[in-house]
Amino acid sequence: MTCSSTSTDCLLELYEEKLELEDYQSGVPRWCTGCGDNAILTAIQRLCRDENLRPEKTVFVSGIGCSSRFPHYMKTYGFHGIHGRALPVAEGVRLARPDLTVFVNTGDGDCCSIGAAHWIHAIRYNMNLTVFLHDNQIYGLTKKQASPTSPIGTKSNTTPRGSYLEALNPLTVTLGIANASFVAQAVDWIPESLYDIVKAAHHHKGLSFVRILQRCPEWLPKLHESDMQEPDSVQLLHHENSLQISPSLARIYKNQLRHDPLDMNRAREIASSTDVVPVGILYQNRDIPCYEDIRKLDILRTNETVRKGFEAELDKYAV
Amino acid sequence: MSSPKPMKKAGKTAANLGNPGNSGLTVLKEHIVEIISDSGEGAQRCGQSLGSIAARMGNGIWTTEIIPAEIRPPARSVAGASGNRIRMGSSYITNGGDQTDLVVAFNEQVLLGRVRAGELKPDCIILLESMWRKHTDINISMAYIQTHDRLVEAGYTVREIPMEQQCQLITPDAKRGKNMFALGMLCYLYSFDLQMARDQIALTFGKKAQSIIDSNVVLLDAGYKWAEGNLDFRYSIPATPATLPQIATNGNTALALGVMASGMELCAMYPITPATSASHYLSDVFEKVGGMVHQAEDEIAACAFAIGASYASKCTVTITSGPGYSLKQEAIGLAVMAEIPLVVVNVQRGGPSTGQPTKAEQGDLLTTIYGSHGDAPKVVMAPATIEDCFYSMITARKIAESFNTVVVVLTDASLATSQQPFARPEFNEAWLAPPIDQSAVPEGAKPYDWDATTGIARRFIPGQPGGMHTVTGLAHDRQSHVAYDPEINHEGLRARSLKIAALQKTLLPPEVFGDPEGDLLVLGWGSTKGAIEEAVESLRAEGKKVASVNLRFLQPMQPGIKEIMQRFRKVMTIETNWSDSMEDEIIDETNRRYSALAILLRSRYLVNVDCWTEVKGQPIKPSTIRNVLLAQMEK
Repeated sequence: MTCSSTSTDCLLELYEEKLELEDYQSGVPRWCTGCGDNAILTAIQRLCRDENLRPEKTVFVSGIGCSSRFPHYMKTYGFHGIHGRALPVAEGVRLARPDLTVFVNTGDGDCCSIGAAHWIHAIRYNMNLTVFLHDNQIYGLTKKQASPTSPIGTKSNTTPRGSYLEALNPLTVTLGIANASFVAQAVDWIPESLYDIVKAAHHHKGLSFVRILQRCPEWLPKLHESDMQEPDSVQLLHHENSLQISPSLARIYKNQLRHDPLDMNRAREIASSTDVVPVGILYQNRDIPCYEDIRKLDILRTNETVRKGFEAELDKYAV
Repeated sequence: MSSPKPMKKAGKTAANLGNPGNSGLTVLKEHIVEIISDSGEGAQRCGQSLGSIAARMGNGIWTTEIIPAEIRPPARSVAGASGNRIRMGSSYITNGGDQTDLVVAFNEQVLLGRVRAGELKPDCIILLESMWRKHTDINISMAYIQTHDRLVEAGYTVREIPMEQQCQLITPDAKRGKNMFALGMLCYLYSFDLQMARDQIALTFGKKAQSIIDSNVVLLDAGYKWAEGNLDFRYSIPATPATLPQIATNGNTALALGVMASGMELCAMYPITPATSASHYLSDVFEKVGGMVHQAEDEIAACAFAIGASYASKCTVTITSGPGYSLKQEAIGLAVMAEIPLVVVNVQRGGPSTGQPTKAEQGDLLTTIYGSHGDAPKVVMAPATIEDCFYSMITARKIAESFNTVVVVLTDASLATSQQPFARPEFNEAWLAPPIDQSAVPEGAKPYDWDATTGIARRFIPGQPGGMHTVTGLAHDRQSHVAYDPEINHEGLRARSLKIAALQKTLLPPEVFGDPEGDLLVLGWGSTKGAIEEAVESLRAEGKKVASVNLRFLQPMQPGIKEIMQRFRKVMTIETNWSDSMEDEIIDETNRRYSALAILLRSRYLVNVDCWTEVKGQPIKPSTIRNVLLAQMEK
C-alpha cells in the first residue's frame, strides 16, 4: 500500500552519527514534581539514545491527559491528538510508513475508558507499535476524577464517598484479547527494570503493551507508598527467554519469579495477582503476525500500475 | 400447466400502447421501466443490466434502485419491493424522471407497494407474474386475483406473464432465473440488440464460471423469444450513440474509481448504509493499484486512522454516511486544527438519528460546514452527477493537499445508487499525488509558517530531517508549540480561515442554466441538478423566464453568485432537506426554519431567497419542481 511508493529504509544505514540524550529532549516537562511521567520520559529518552533512533524517523503518538503531553518533550516527530484516539492515529502512521518507529503514550483514562474500543482492536491488529500505558489510576489533568483503574473506594471529585466499582485490570484484559503478543508491567520507581522492559518492548515486533504503574503525587500520593517501602511487594519476573535480573536489583528485590513468557495461562494468573505487583514480561509471543504484514501487497505501486488497474476497471463498465 | 394466456385480454390498450402499426411497434422519446420483486429475486440485477444494455444501444439512461429497508423483508409484502427503475431516452438523461410507464412485477404485493406510493402512471402497463393465480394457498391466489382485478378496474393495462412456468422449462431453479427471462422480454419489448444483451451478461457475470454465464444467456434468449411470440406490442427509443467512449456506473462506484485515480492510497472506513458499497467495490479493486481499504473498529477510529496515515504520508480518504459523519466530528476538527489533509465522503441518507438509511436526503449541509466545535473551516463540495462523483475525488485530494485542510464531499443515497453513462475518463498521471517530501527541512523553517495572505503553510512530514515537531489539537504557534497567548490563537484561526478564502479566489463563477436574467432563479446543490434543469427547460420552452444554478462548492462558495441572483426578480432554492412551510398556522417570517442552502445564501448575500423542499426519501421529480416553480412565479 502506501509504503510501496515511499520506501526510505535504505537511508537508515547511512547514518553513523551518534546522538546524545539532549538530542532527544525538547522543552521542560510541565509535569508535577515526583510525577511518574518524568521517570518514563527519562527511560524512553535513554532508549532512543542507546538504540540510536533517528529523531526524524521516530514518531510519538498520544491522546489527551497528563501523560499525553509526552510527545512535546521529545525532539522527534510527535502527534498529540484527541482523547482516546492515540491508537488508531498511530495505526494509520504505522500502516502508511513501515520505515518509521512508532511509540504510543496513553493514560488509563485515554486507553481504558474513552478509547477502550481502540485498545481492544489495537491488540487484535498487532501492528508493530510500542504502547506505554501510563497508569496513575486517576484522572490528573482534569483534577482528580476516578478512572477505570482506580482502586474501589478511591475518593475523588466525582466519587467523594469513594469509587463504586472494582478496578479494571489492564493486564488481564489485554491478555484476554486475540493476538496479544507482548504484555508487560513496569513501575516508575524501579528505573532499571523500567528501562529493561521498555527496551524489550521496543525490540518486540508486534504491538508491545507496557502498563506502567506510575505515581501521582498530586492526587493519589499514598497509592504506591507501601509498595515502594516494602520491596517484597514487587515480584520481579525473569526467565532465560525473557528478562534477567541484575545482581544489584536482585539484592533489593528478593521476591522473584521464574516465568516463561510463552505460558499464557500462567501469565493470566500472574496478571491477576492482588497480593504482589508483578514486574516484567508477562507474555511474549513472537509468532503472531502483524496486520501491516498480513496486508502487505506484492505489487510495487507506480503510475503505470495505477493506470493499468484503472483502465481494466473502466473496461468493466464500458457501454 | 396452462398455456400462456392470450395477450389481448384486459385493460385499455390504445391510449397507453400508442398507435402501433402492423408490427405493433411504437416509437418513443423516452420511457420509464421498473422491475420489482421480493428481495433476493434478482430484480436489481435485471434492472441494472437493462440500463447498461440501453446505454450500450446509445440511449440516455438513469437507473434508480428500489430498496426495501430490511435485508430480507417477508416474501410478497407490500413494503418489500426490491428492484430497479430505468429511465431510458433518445437523448441524455439527467435524473430519474416522473412516473413509471411500464413495470415488470414478480408478484402483485410488491406491485401494490409501488401503486400506493404513487410511482406508476395512471395508465401504466403492468407485466405481472401469473403463477400466483393458481397457487395452492387459497389466500395467495385470492389476493392475487383481487389485486389483479382492482388494478384492471383502476385503468392499468395488466398483462399476466407465465414467467415462472416458462423458466421451469429451462432451469430447475426458476425463481432465481426469472430475472434474466424478464430481461430478455424487456430487450425484445424495447427492440434492443439481443447479442448486445448477451455480451452484457457475459460482462456482468465475468467473474463467474462460463456455465453460469451460459445458463443466464439461455434464460435471456428464452425471455426474448417468448415475448416475440406472445406480445403484440413493441417499442423503439431511437438512440443517438455518443461520439466518445462511455462508461456507466452508479455514484458509489464512480467515487471508488475516483479514489483509485486520485492518488490516494488508503481508505479507512466503517460499514454504513448507503456509503458502504463504495468501500465494497474499492476493497475488491484498490489493491490492484497498490491501495488498501482498512475497515476500522468504528467510525471514529476510521477517521483517526485516516488522519494518522495522512499525517505521515499522502492524503487519505474516509467514506461514511450521516451517523458516522457525526461520530467523526471531533477527529475532523483535529485535522482542521493540525492542518492535515483529509478527504471525507458523506453519502447522505435520511436523518436525524438512524433516520432512513436507504433513502436520499440533503440534510447534512449545515452540519458539514459548521460541524465540529469551535471554528473549524473546511472545504465542502457536492457532486451533482455520477460523473462528478468520479472527478470530485481527484479535485478533493488536490485541494486537501494544496491547502492542508479537510475536504468533505457530500453525495447522497440517490447519487450513490443511480446509474448514468458518462464519457470514459482518460487517465491522467497529473491526477496522482507526488511522492511525499522526505527532503531535509531548511534551517529555521517552521512547521506552521502561515503565509500572511493565504494562510497556507508548508507541511513537514515525518522522515524529513530537521522538521521534527509535535502536531497538536491544542492552540499552537508557528513552531507548533502549545500556546495560550491570545494573539497566537488569533493568528492560527486567521490562517486556517484564510485558506478557505484563498481557495475561493481560484474558483470560477457557477454556470447559469437558462436565461442570464429573468423572473425566477432556482439554486440547488448536489443530486437535484438534473431534475431542476429538466423542470427549468420545460418552462423555458413555454417562454417562461426561469433559470437555475447548481453549486458545486458550498464552502467556499464560488464567486459571482450575488450578481447572478440580482439579475432575477425572485430567487429560491429547491432542496431535499427540511424547511418550514409558510402555510403552517404558526409559521411566519420570525420563526420559519429555512432550508440549508437558503440559510447560507440569505446570510451571506443578504438576498431574499425563498425555499421549497421535500423530504420524502426520494429524489424530487421534475414535474413536482415544475409545479413549484410555476406557483412561485405566480406568487
